[in-house]
Parts: sequence; structure tokens; C-alpha cells
Amino acid sequence: MNANLQPASDINIPSFTARFKEGFRKKWYKFSRNKLSVAGLVIVLAIVMAAVLAPYITPYPEHAGKFVDYGNASLAPSATHLFGTDIFGRDILSRIIFAFRGALLMAVLVLAIAVPVGVFLGLLAGYYKGSLLDTIIMRVTDIFLSVPPLLLALAIAAVLEPNLTNAMIAITVMWWPWYTRLVYGMATSLRNEYFVTAAELIGASKFHILFREILPNCLSPIFTKMALDVGWVILIGAALSFVGLGEQPPTPALGQMVSDGTRYMPDLWWMTVFPSLAIAVMILGFNLLGDGVRDMLAKGEHDHE
Amino acid sequence: MNAPIMTINNLKMYFPVQKSKGKPVYVKAVDGVDLTIHKGEIMGLVGESGSGKSTLAYTVMGMYKPTGGQIIFQGRDISMSSDKRPLSLKKDLQIVFQDPGSSLNPSHNIRQILELPLRVHKIVKREEMERKIAQILQMVELSPNYMYKSPASMGGGERQMVSIARALATDPTFIILDEPTSALDVSIQAKIINMLLKLQQEKQLTYLFITHDLSLMRNIATRVAIMYLGKICEMADTVEFFRNPLHPYTRMLLSSIPVVSEEEEALKPEKVISTGEIPSPVNVPPGCSFHLRCPEKTELCFREDPVMLEVSPGHLVRCHAYQKTAGVHVA
Repeated sequence: MNANLQPASDINIPSFTARFKEGFRKKWYKFSRNKLSVAGLVIVLAIVMAAVLAPYITPYPEHAGKFVDYGNASLAPSATHLFGTDIFGRDILSRIIFAFRGALLMAVLVLAIAVPVGVFLGLLAGYYKGSLLDTIIMRVTDIFLSVPPLLLALAIAAVLEPNLTNAMIAITVMWWPWYTRLVYGMATSLRNEYFVTAAELIGASKFHILFREILPNCLSPIFTKMALDVGWVILIGAALSFVGLGEQPPTPALGQMVSDGTRYMPDLWWMTVFPSLAIAVMILGFNLLGDGVRDMLAKGEHDHE
Repeated sequence: MNAPIMTINNLKMYFPVQKSKGKPVYVKAVDGVDLTIHKGEIMGLVGESGSGKSTLAYTVMGMYKPTGGQIIFQGRDISMSSDKRPLSLKKDLQIVFQDPGSSLNPSHNIRQILELPLRVHKIVKREEMERKIAQILQMVELSPNYMYKSPASMGGGERQMVSIARALATDPTFIILDEPTSALDVSIQAKIINMLLKLQQEKQLTYLFITHDLSLMRNIATRVAIMYLGKICEMADTVEFFRNPLHPYTRMLLSSIPVVSEEEEALKPEKVISTGEIPSPVNVPPGCSFHLRCPEKTELCFREDPVMLEVSPGHLVRCHAYQKTAGVHVA
């Protein structure tokens, strides 16, 4: 039987970088098969770049703050002001690009807090299904989920002082339960898998079982949901700022710009249309990217290494 | 015979199902099993689906807290759930599950899977991990090239070898094999069985081999026990078991083994037609639980449950036919 043993020289274990490159190549192939996903990636990258480099690429960076130029107020779109100017004479294009900053910051921070919290609680409740801990976590989750999300965010933001931070807090509070639900469902079925039992019988710690055995098998749906949620967070953020519960003037925010513009419809249509389009394009980009991420992480039948 | 490594005394494992008229109803998956397993033997535990053989194994492993009875392993009482068992015990007692598909974490590679027992039980230092894992893989006749493969990219037989390798990684003394080959192709079954036997010899392991394949037990087990509705109904050394099967259920099982040649047919006990199916363990029939299907039932079997009786040294049977006239077959 020893004939099967390999001589040492034949042992061919790929290096870490080789394995990483190979993994990346496969992921990119799956992602790029759908041209719309690539389009989404391009839109998102363009928006992120624009937001980061806003002071350098916008035609009138000073228009993002307290700035008044009544001489150029309410100008229709032209070569000097591509998207026109508002009633204070501020360039709409510049203000939109600066508004991307707040929207992106909000999406990143909300998910960076809501996702780990939601996932951790979902793992705990799912693994200890049937215990008191499960009941407490899941009933609290249910209470949050039973209130319409926008209403809850509105209520929280209205109680707090209206600004970007509080809008983020409001959205975070309503966002984590979705991840708890998502992970709870997966964890309750995964905990009965034999590989989890095997790890328990070997004597692995609860930490290992929760985060090394169960969590890695929940990651694909979590990442997919995150990628799709970015657009939704931005939309809800815009809704809050539309009713005046987000970023306060003179700092530009997309929802607030749309809301300001509605008062001058239809004469100064560009004040409303362009910020609305910006919201739409941003959400479209993130949703297309999210679909691509879902395709990339989906386990297909050819998913063998 | 060697010293006992594991003694199971009157082990009971009941699962509550639902309440009827305020009284809880139980599935009596294991209902009073006595079993002694000696060091270095391969104990074959055979039974139909639903006979409670896997539950017995899982209870021994500590996946459930037994409802009653005692499990003594290497002189220690281990009748508790695995959370409460000391780590050193988990090192000595391991299990290989039936389905190699779900017993390996699909998001881990083989190295991560085999690293876990080595890390938990601090068997090797971090620097030696890769070498040790290569060594374990070679022990189960897999190439170390498999180290960074994912379980999904491997065949069922190879996955089962990894499961066996994981069970062996902590150098246990006792391994429960829960139908380790029933999910595999016949050609791979033989390979796995041969490897298990070789490892058992090399490492002086004790196996509790759970299966429904009686002909396999004839070839590899040192002793065989038959389980029916949570109880053991016959137990004997393999040679004695196949030469002189006593319990009507055993004879029914043996005569239902499909054979190809006349010679093999001659080795089997006279034909007993298998009838019926295993009843639900929620509603265990009164008296002898086998009386519904027994071709030799008497009026006594409806009323009283027989007790285990040693008819000849090492040969135990639980049937009324042998109660008064031990050793003589009165059918």
C-alpha cells in the first residue's frame, strides 16, 4: 500500500500568492460575464473617484459651502454651468459631486456598524436556537422589523437633532435586524450540519464554531445583501434629507437639493431634475454592482477548484 | 479477550415528541442497551433504519445527554453531553459520520479541516503543522497535494478519507464508524474498508462499526450485535453469530442477504420470509417488540418482554424461545 505514497519531490503545493491569484481570476470571470455588472462597477468607481477628488475636479468647489452670487442665480444649463445654478447662484454640478461624499460616507458607516452587529446577533441566536438568548434577540429583531423602515428612521431622526450623524444613527438602528434575520436562518440550519458537530466533538471553542465553522458559510449572502443595500441606504438617506432630517444647508445633500428645487418647479426644473438623476444613477450603479457580486459569490456547479 | 474499553449499562435515550392528554410522548430511540466493547476489537452494530443504532453512537459521543443508564469509557463515567466532557476525553473518542458531503466544512480547505484537531489538542507546534498534515494525509493514502483543495473538488471516497484522517488526527483509542461506506460506490467501499482495517491493526484501535450490511460484518467484525427498536436482540462472536443465529430476527436478516451462488445459499440459514417493517419507536408494541413480525411468536410474546440471556459463552439472545431451555432451540 505504500506504493501510493508520494515521494517528497513530487509534492506540489501551490504558494499562497498563486492560490490567491487563481481565486481572484475565477471571481473576476464570474463577475465580468455580466456586462451590466461591469457597467455598475464603472459607475460606482466613477462616483467614488468624483467624491474623493471633489475639490479638484469640480468647476466651482467654493459653491459647496456658504456662497451667494445673485448675479448668476437661477441660470439654465449652459457650457459654464452644465447643470445650471440654483437661486443663490451656486453651480448644481459642483454641489451634486460634493453631495456624493455625504451619501457614500453614510452608506459605508451605516453598513460598517449595522452588518457586524446584525451578523453577530444572528449567529448567536441561530446557534443557540431554542434558548432564552434566541428568544430575546429574535423578538427584539421582530419588533424592529415590524415597523416600516422609513417610518422608523424618520421617527428616530426627528427625535434627535437633524444632522448627518443622527441620520446615520437612525438608519443604522433600522438596518441591523435585517442581517440578524438573514444570518439567523442560515445559522439555524448550519448548526445541524455534521461538520459543526464534528468540530464540537473535537472540542473546538464556541468562538471557533461560530466564526470559523458557521460564519464562512454565511458570507456570500451577507456580501450580496451588503452590495445591494448600499443603494437602499443612499435612497433612505436621501429621503431623510428630503424632509430636512439629514445634512443641513449650506452643506449640499442630494435629497435636500431635490426638496429645495421642488419649490421652483417647473421654471427652474434643473434644480430638481439633476439631483434626482444623480440619486437614480448612484442607486442604479450600486444595484448593478450588487447583482454582479451576487453572481460572483454564487456557488455554481463548476465551482470546483 | 482484552480488557473492556467501553461498558454501556442500560443506556436509554428518549426524545420527547409531543404531548398527548398532558402526558409527554417519547421516541424511545435507545431503550436499555447493555454493551461491552473490548480493547482492539471491531464491534459490529447492525440494524435496520430506525433501529436506534446511530442514536446509540451519537449518545456515546455525547451529542445527546442520555435519558438513563451509564457509559463507562476507559474507567471514566461519560454519561453526559459533550459540552461537559473534558478535552482529554474528546481526544480519545472520535467518530466518522456517514455522509462525507456534510461532515467537511465546504468553505474550508483540507488543511484547515485537519488543522482543527491538531490545534485544539495542541498536538504539534505551528511550524510543524504543514508537515504533520501531510503525514496524516499520507496515512489515509491521500497525496499531500490535496492540502489546499476544497472538499467540493474531491470525490466521495476521498472526502470520507479526509473524515477518517480528521478522526485519527488526535490519535484516539476508540473510533465510532457510523456507516462510513454506505454513501459510497462499491469499488471505493472496499478501499475504505481495507484502509480502516490496516489502520486498526497499526494503531491498535477499537472500532464500533455501525452498518446495515451484515455480509460486511462477517468479513471484518470480531463480534456482531443486532439492534431492533432500541434494544439489542442478539450478540455473539462473528463466527458463532453466522454459524448459529438464534433470534428469529437475526435469521430473518441473514436469510435476506442477496447471494449469487448456490454455495453461498447453502451457508445461509433456512429461508425465513421477511415480513413487515420496523414499527414506530413512539408506539413500541407491548411484550416482545418483535412479535408483530416474528414467525415463531407464542402467546407469551404478546405479554412479556424477554430479557437478555447468555445461551452459550459470549452468545447473548433476547427471545422467549430460549428463556427456559437455554441452549436448546425450541421453535
